[in-house]
Amino acid sequence: MSTPTTKKERIDALAETSARSDSGVSLAASAWKRLRRSPVFLLGAAIIVLFLVTAAIAPWLAPHDPAARDLIDQVVKARNEIPPPQEGHPLGGDQVGRDFLSRLLVGSQQTLLVGVFATLIGLAGGLVLGTLAGAFGGWVDSLVMRVVDVMLSIPQLLLAFGIGALFARPSLFTVILAVSIVQIPVFARLLRGSMLAQRSSDHVLAATALGVKPAPIVFRHMLPNSLGPVIVQSTLVLATSIIDAAALSFLGLGNPDDTIPEWGQMLGTAQTVIDSHPHLAFWPAGCIIVIALGFTLVGESLRDALDPKNRR
Amino acid sequence: MVLVLSLLVFAWLRALPGGPASALLGDRGTEESRAALSKQLGLDQPIFVQYFRFLGRALTGNFGNSTGVQPGDSVVDIFLQRFPATIELSVLAILIAIAVGIPLGYLAARRRGGLFDNFSVGASLIGVAVPVFFLAYLLKYVFATKLGWLPSLGRQAGDIDATRVTGFFVLDGILTQEWDAAWDAFVHLLLPAVALATIPFAVIFRITRAAVLDVLNEDYVRTAESKGLLGTVIRRRHVLRNAMLPVVTTIGLQIGALLAGAVLTEKVFGFSGVGEALALGFERRDYPVLQMFILVAAIVYVLVNLLVDLSYALVDPRIRTR
Repeated sequence: MSTPTTKKERIDALAETSARSDSGVSLAASAWKRLRRSPVFLLGAAIIVLFLVTAAIAPWLAPHDPAARDLIDQVVKARNEIPPPQEGHPLGGDQVGRDFLSRLLVGSQQTLLVGVFATLIGLAGGLVLGTLAGAFGGWVDSLVMRVVDVMLSIPQLLLAFGIGALFARPSLFTVILAVSIVQIPVFARLLRGSMLAQRSSDHVLAATALGVKPAPIVFRHMLPNSLGPVIVQSTLVLATSIIDAAALSFLGLGNPDDTIPEWGQMLGTAQTVIDSHPHLAFWPAGCIIVIALGFTLVGESLRDALDPKNRR
Repeated sequence: MVLVLSLLVFAWLRALPGGPASALLGDRGTEESRAALSKQLGLDQPIFVQYFRFLGRALTGNFGNSTGVQPGDSVVDIFLQRFPATIELSVLAILIAIAVGIPLGYLAARRRGGLFDNFSVGASLIGVAVPVFFLAYLLKYVFATKLGWLPSLGRQAGDIDATRVTGFFVLDGILTQEWDAAWDAFVHLLLPAVALATIPFAVIFRITRAAVLDVLNEDYVRTAESKGLLGTVIRRRHVLRNAMLPVVTTIGLQIGALLAGAVLTEKVFGFSGVGEALALGFERRDYPVLQMFILVAAIVYVLVNLLVDLSYALVDPRIRTR
């Protein structure tokens, strides 16, 4: 690092130092050092990478068009007959004769999209509210936290169901909205907490004393130093939003348009045939469990790694 | 707090596309019938008049009639009739979660890093990743459909003629000394309760483990050890008691997740409780039912957490003296 010359650089360097530990290694660096050796993290990361790669190349992996009803002549509704596994269709067909394996593979795309977008929306909302509350304090803080507390006073999943039921015509968008809005208060509280803790910390005091304007203090000093817990939470929310979206589908509040497959929806629609054809539920459920586990493992190991109590 | 909640639930119904009148009438409604119903419901009044009317009716216990779950029945009646079932289910679920979660968490913490610890931590992480309704189906498929050990649906077998006293089926059986009815109701509770218990179990287990680990590192435990106190005394008096504090809070916070989980599990097992009514309400867009049930769920949740705060003083003498 070059010697700080301007006033701004001096403050940034100061903020940087105070975020470091006594040993001179930044929190992020020491966390990464521990993560690299953590089997939990590596397993979780491997699962996520595997699913991401699958999602990326799914259209080429899938043996058939996931929307084409190739096996429709083998579906007999009255006798509850669904195409069994056969040549060219190793997992058989679904309730309307579409190749099940192809739907499972391509379904990874939409499922991950739901998780990612839900997390991003929740994160963005939480960032705005949490930063407002944590940066301003005072009545802004009280007001924002009142709203957040009321939202938190309704059980999370129940609130998601309620929001989902608001829309007469559910769609992919309403599902994402329902599972993401309920995450906003969690992110907001988290961020506000760590920002409030920093308002009185040395590097913020130093920046204030040096005459830095409030906005740069918030965005360059407080926010970046508050991100650790937010990142952990995001990873965990990636898992819960995929599971919550499946629960919405299960209650009939999911996306009714199933041309593009999604695991939660596949699991939700399989409930009517689960006793006779359990594999239609087991496969998408298995995929959801494994990817949710992947995100949870990474989130948990990140939490451990970033916890100052665990630093050596 | 409750007032704000009622405002929120009220606003929720108003935010419905096309307003509550068309929501109540569904697709069958014509322009005229919609206008007539709007007038009948007082929807032509200014919004704050509507809110105070809603509050007034809510305070006198009138939440209107169900439109989809049990059409025509009073929402309050439906709730009262189904509430005991959900209480029975949740209490059993919480008891299972506590009975399994706390000892497991304690043992895992004492053997930190061991095989048992890793195994149970792994199991709790998988428990978080499994959608609860899928687990419910899995249990039902294995133990009811395949093995036939336990019943798959409802609260009581049809051929048992039980006397109803309180609406709590197990309690009814005990009170009237109809032991077969009590046992049968209990057996019907088992599968849904186990499925539901996984939600609080995973959390209770992990909090207990973390809390015990924290306490084991405390100075007073080391002092007790160096005094030469018996291991069992240290464990019971010093470790367990202090570690229970965060666990108590967690149990309170889990009540909310339990309510949402009950919606899913009760639906799978056709268990006629509050949760099943909510599930049906969401499916059939029965807004009067949803409105009251969600409001009550939120109030119960707030009250339970208040009780948890108060129970702190009981568990932790340091707070009492403050």
